Amino acid sequence: MATMTMIKALNAGLRRILDEDDKALIMGEDVGRLGGVFRVTDALQKDFGVERVIDTPLSESGIIGTAIGLALRGYRPICEIQFDGFVYPAFDQLVSQLAKIPNRSGGRVRLPVVVRIPYGGGIGAIEHHSESPEAYFAHTAGLKVVTCSDPSDAYWMIQQAAASEDPVIFFEPKRRYHAKAEVDMTEAPLGLYDSRIARTGTTATLISYGPTVDVALNAAEAAAEEGLDLEVVDLRSLAPIDWEPLEASLRKTGRAIVVHEAQGTLGMGSELAARLSERCFYSLEAPVLRVTGYDVPYPASRLEEDYLPNLDRVLDAVDRSLEY
Amino acid sequence: MGSVDRPRPAKKTAKSRRKSTSANEPEFVQLLTPEGQRRSHPDYDVNFTDEEYRGLYRDLVITRELDAQGTALQRQGQLGLWPSLLGQEAAQIGSGRAIKPQDTVFPAYRELGVQWCRGLDIISAFSLFRGVDLGGRDVAADRFQMYEIVIASQTLHAAGYAMGVAKDGAVGGDDGEAVIVYHGDGATAEGDFNEALIWAGVFNAPLVFFCQNNQYAISEPNARQFRVPPYKRAGGFGMPGTLVDGNDVLATYAVTEVALTRARTGEGPSLIEAFTYRMQPHTTSDDATRYRDEAELDYWRAKDPILRYRTWLEAETLADADYFAAIDAEAAAEVRELRQRVMDLPDPDVTEMFDAVYADPPAPLLAERAEAVAFRDSLDEGSES
Repeated sequence: MATMTMIKALNAGLRRILDEDDKALIMGEDVGRLGGVFRVTDALQKDFGVERVIDTPLSESGIIGTAIGLALRGYRPICEIQFDGFVYPAFDQLVSQLAKIPNRSGGRVRLPVVVRIPYGGGIGAIEHHSESPEAYFAHTAGLKVVTCSDPSDAYWMIQQAAASEDPVIFFEPKRRYHAKAEVDMTEAPLGLYDSRIARTGTTATLISYGPTVDVALNAAEAAAEEGLDLEVVDLRSLAPIDWEPLEASLRKTGRAIVVHEAQGTLGMGSELAARLSERCFYSLEAPVLRVTGYDVPYPASRLEEDYLPNLDRVLDAVDRSLEY
Repeated sequence: MGSVDRPRPAKKTAKSRRKSTSANEPEFVQLLTPEGQRRSHPDYDVNFTDEEYRGLYRDLVITRELDAQGTALQRQGQLGLWPSLLGQEAAQIGSGRAIKPQDTVFPAYRELGVQWCRGLDIISAFSLFRGVDLGGRDVAADRFQMYEIVIASQTLHAAGYAMGVAKDGAVGGDDGEAVIVYHGDGATAEGDFNEALIWAGVFNAPLVFFCQNNQYAISEPNARQFRVPPYKRAGGFGMPGTLVDGNDVLATYAVTEVALTRARTGEGPSLIEAFTYRMQPHTTSDDATRYRDEAELDYWRAKDPILRYRTWLEAETLADADYFAAIDAEAAAEVRELRQRVMDLPDPDVTEMFDAVYADPPAPLLAERAEAVAFRDSLDEGSES
């Protein structure tokens, strides 16, 4: 066991990937000499060289497009998109190429490319630096989309993503980057696409992922003082979704509240609410509720506390669920 | 043989200007005039055996006939769409024959001639446009990547692949590997193309950009894509750019060979602009009469790539009527075989849309697959009763 921040955990995971697979590459803006704007790739270029840890031109479509070409040549690129709001110039290469080439090839081509994206708000940033674009990618067949919520998952999931033969979009909750926790570095506790029961309970199920798992856990602690016993599920994988444990949780509690930072309309909560209603209709005591960002562009940072799901909004939703 | 690395076009001289065949024509590398006259060029030449000279004619004719069959099959409802290469045969055969077995090709979607030159089964182009599949092949073995429909996307894939070639240490000698990417004039207005030039330049990738400037991006002429011709743009990205008569199979071979040699030996990327013309509409779905007239087509008919080459072969007595007749017969046989194979392509099973998406398909997708199969089977049962 070692105690470390998510940044250190990611760095350790990436280091292990580079150590164990000669074909693994890291590429992105400022990932080399600087070690990344969040220092996730700190010292990797120094230790593995400029051929394997590549400072790229400021060219997001170029990062993903050339990563595809490198993968066609047998390499396993791990790309960094510097911030969530800068992924859109690469959208065509991600959605029309990375996601579709393996299928286009009839399965003869595989593209083991990982795209790391620091995402989410709560850090007082300027525009384009606080977004949650996960639904675009979860909607795209051919991609797998995962997100870590703590250092242990960061350490293991980045390695599991790098080992995947399918392309993986790897979302890192940047407001959790500096939170410390223990990491068991001997064995992965879960598979890449497994959900995790972060807290067991019986009253209602809070479903979350990435940066808001912590919000949900804090809400559950607060609710416990009022005698409510909330279960918290960390999805971890957004595409595919690990449905069976979710359905089991709902059949137990009969109530579900989805919590995420992204805008509500056609966000992950929409799919969760729809599918769980289809699958667990007779077990539900209340409709699946959602606590999300509002349907506005991410606001100026002085307003982000009003935009982001917080403990009070989650508890309010629990109360509403219990009123049915 | 034109394998000497002289990437930059020759400086214009009063003499070379006088040699221009038309005041309208740009100053391009030309070794064979539209009238079938051989010209010399200070930097570029070819030196084929008689058999190789005849072989280029065979490639040109068979490619034209196979392509024409694509159009015919579409008209007969056997293909959903066909993007004809008519008029661009010399650009594709000349460049295609300069590619060595160890090189890798990234095509756009009109490169039937290049595919032919690689000695590959061209049926994948037809299964793609018939809608039987999405054009998948064993691209690693073929060293010819899949057709790319999105304009310019493949230029970045080629840049990345070429970076990988360099990383592998597979450049540096005449046996080194090079990469060539095909695109059109329309692609030069896309961001990806310009990013690919940046990446190829910054990483000194062993890559040749081969622009078939066929004058139109569907209906839009060159003037709507750029103010400066693509080959001139290359200099700004730190690589040589060469303009070549794209209807001259000898010239396109010569310039491509120099550029590929440059890439193979580790001297970096370059850009070739092959000045040609798309004689057919953009695809079978297009109506070119809305944006160009007969006079323009006549102007380009006079520059036909096959006619000039045949004229020259005859004048040099490299081939006679018997040879031309034999090639026509071979082309007809190729077309007959192709036609039958296209019509015999089996329709895909419903499962095929599910089975290649992931290496490790998730459980929810496997459940959907089972539902789709069960639903299809239930309809089949219903139709039998």
